[in-house]
Formats: sequence, structure tokens, C-alpha cells
Amino acid sequence: MTRTVVTGIGVAAPNGVGLDTHWSSTLRGENAIRRITRFDPSPYPIRLAGEIDFEVGGRLPSRLIPQTDRMTQLALVASDWALADAGADLAGMPSLDAGVITSSSAGGFEFGQHELEKLYSKGPNHVSAYMSFAWFYAVNTGQLSIRHGMRGPTGVFVTEQAGGLDAVAQARRKIRGGHRLMLTGGIDASLCPYGLAAYLASGRVSLGDDPDAAYLPFAQEATGSVPGEGGAILVLEDADAARRRGAEIYGEIAGYGATFDPAPGSGREPTLRRAAEIALADAGVRTEDIAMVFADAAAVPELDRVESDAIVKLFGPHGVPVTAPKSMIGRLSSGAAALDLVDALMALRDGVVPPTVNVRCPAPGYDIDLVIGEPRPARGTAALVLARGYGGFNAAMVVRSAG
Amino acid sequence: MTTFTLENLVRIMRECAGEDDAVDLDGDVAGMEFEDLGYDSLAVMETVSRISQEYRVSLPEESVSEARTPAELVALVVERQQQPAQA
Repeated sequence: MTRTVVTGIGVAAPNGVGLDTHWSSTLRGENAIRRITRFDPSPYPIRLAGEIDFEVGGRLPSRLIPQTDRMTQLALVASDWALADAGADLAGMPSLDAGVITSSSAGGFEFGQHELEKLYSKGPNHVSAYMSFAWFYAVNTGQLSIRHGMRGPTGVFVTEQAGGLDAVAQARRKIRGGHRLMLTGGIDASLCPYGLAAYLASGRVSLGDDPDAAYLPFAQEATGSVPGEGGAILVLEDADAARRRGAEIYGEIAGYGATFDPAPGSGREPTLRRAAEIALADAGVRTEDIAMVFADAAAVPELDRVESDAIVKLFGPHGVPVTAPKSMIGRLSSGAAALDLVDALMALRDGVVPPTVNVRCPAPGYDIDLVIGEPRPARGTAALVLARGYGGFNAAMVVRSAG
Repeated sequence: MTTFTLENLVRIMRECAGEDDAVDLDGDVAGMEFEDLGYDSLAVMETVSRISQEYRVSLPEESVSEARTPAELVALVVERQQQPAQA
């Protein structure tokens, strides 16, 4: 089987736009969760979020601005960076050999909200013609494909927070099938009143006002997570081809597993652990080869319990360093797991596990070795990323350092 | 009533559909096709929708789709402006 590697990365995260800014802030453990500034959140029960401080103007052609939601603008900019980082010669390859597979959880919600406001207050003639595509799930994939002239396989995965891994896995299948270059990952942004209403409906969002106490995964005080915006766009290529052209390689997408949970009330075991087992087997690694685990980190007690149990069953009590850097930026929906993959690749490169912040200690009964407050040195060549999407989606991915 | 002009059209196109980097909309664009100016059919549709709202003129889709250049679209809008408002 050919090996699939990451050769380019573009990041847009609340704690840094651009890979280096994001990664250094992550290692410093800086909390980027704060009171929402994009609009006045005081009438809403959710008032905290991980916002990206970034103006897109000037970085994209003005033709694209009126027709795109913020999440698409961020994805377009991140894709420019990822491709530049990869240094691949897109123009020199047949356009059908390059494709785009992204994840999405809500589509362009903020764009949609504004147009629906016009529909209800002024009538249908006032709704933008761009509403036809700007708010639907596949819009990031489509816009990336058009911008970069990548006419090969395209698609979108809508599995909420698991989507970041599901999309990368599908892109890996396309590389294995002989396509030369895939843009993948996910970027989400729904920090608008309409988006908050959707987050609220999940019942999994923390309603506190203290940015340092709102999102406490695996803590006894956990009351839910904080939403955030952003994610990562990756460039995937075949390992041998990437080496031949002298590309810098971040690491390998070595294994993947996905499962769906049994129906609530069935009494059957949740299947997150099974997803991780499948990913480990797919990568051909043993649990002792895994240097660190990036947790899904729902910060909802029953979900934290499921994840903690899965990790302990696989690795033993305190058997592997576990971390949730998303505690600094919130849960980025379909962008979260793609960004965790990036963090995992950087962590293996630098030999360090980034910290989980604000949590004092795991709740009694969670026998996991949570890396808290400070980064921790780590040795090893593989990391496991776990992700769960609302509605029962589980995904796990093993990445291996370039070596 | 203000008569619709090319300047009005260019302003609206900029506002609602942006401007292709390779094109100078302040140049001699009246006779250029929308496609060559970087505007696809959706961009034209969005532009037309804004014109009808701002200038309170009804622009039937059939006649709009025949306007392939800014000059033709301006002429169409002016023609509709001159028609008596329907009761």
C-alpha cells in the first residue's frame, strides 16, 4: 500500500492565524477563549467563544468577498498557505489529478442568517443570488476547487466534529487511488446568533462567563464546551512522489477508523474505542508505539467518561499522555479534528505534548494521564487523534512522524 | 427620476460582486462582455436584483439574460425606467 503524507499546512485558529503563530501560542498554553466581540452576545445564553482575530480583506480577490461566508474566506486563505507551504507544482499537473475533500458541520451560517433576515424583513427579491451556494455544506470544497483549478475528486463530510478526520481519510483514499494531490481538512465558523441557537440546541455548550472556567474537559466541574471558529487545511500527497520532488514532509496519515454509536437506550457500548482500535490496526502500530493521544474532549461528564474509559481500556490506567489543546480555543466543529492532526504532527516533530489548560486535575475515576498547564517532553513517532461528532459519529486517526 | 448610467452600474457591480483583479472597471468597459469582465451569470443576476431594488424598476429575467455587456444592460434599465409604471 502506498503511504500518504502531509506536505502542506494552512491554519486559521483563535490562538493564531498561520501555523507558526498557532503552534507557538499552543505551546505557551495561552487561553484564546473570550467574550464574543463580533456582535453583542448579552441577549444570548452563550457569551464565550474562540474567535479568530483576522481580516480577510486584501488576501482574496474582491470578486470572492460578496459571495462567501466567513468560513469560506478563512478556508480559501488557509488553502493558499497550505499549497504555498507544500510548494507543489499544481500548474504542472493535469487538473483532474488534484482534488478537494473538506468537512463541514453547518455550512455558511452567518451568510445564511443575513440573507434569511432580508427574506423575512424585506422579501425574496432582496435575498442575494449567492445564497444559492454560499451557505451549503459543500461550499468550501467547491470554492477551493475553483480557486486552485483542482478538478479531480471532490466531496464534503458532514459528521460534525468527526468530519475533520473523515475528510482527511477520504483524501488519503484518493491519493492511494493514484491522484497526485489532495487538499483536505476543514474550517468552520458559525459565531453568529443563528449559529449560537444551533450550538445551544445540542445541550453540550457551557453557559458560563468566565473564560478560564467555561471549558474544562475531564474535570469534575465540566459543564460543556465553548464553540470556536477555524480549523486547518492540509495538502496530502503520495510519500514516494513527495520525496522525489524534494518536498518537506510533516508526517504520514498512517491509520484511520470510523464507527457509529448504538442508538441511545440500546444498552450497548459506545464505539469510540472500536474506532481507535481500527485506526491502530490500520496503521500497523501497537498501543505502546503511541506517544500521545489528542482527545475529543467534550467536557460533558458522560461523554468524558466514555472517552476516558476508551483510552484506559486501550492503554491502561495513566498509560499514555492525553491532551486537549482545544481547551484554549473551544471546539471548532468540523475544523477541530483537522487542527488536532496538525498539532499532533507538530508535537511529534518537536517531541513535546501541548498542554490542556484551565483544568486542575481529571475528575476522580478518570484514570488518564492528562497533560495539564505546561507542555511535556515526549518521545515517540506516532500519535492518536480522537474525534466525535454530535449524533453518534466516532473517528480516530494515527499520524506518524516523517522519520 | 434619475436616469440610470454606466457609472451607476459600475458602482453596483463593485458593491455586490467585487472586481476582477485583471480588469479596470473605470476603463472602457461599456462594450465588453460580462464574462470577459470576470462576472458569471450569478454576478449579473445579483447586480440586476440590486438595480431593481435601488432604482425601483422591474427587469424581467428574459430581457436581462439578453444583455451581454454593461452598455446593453444600462440601455435596458433606461428603457424600463421610461416605461410608465404599471398600475
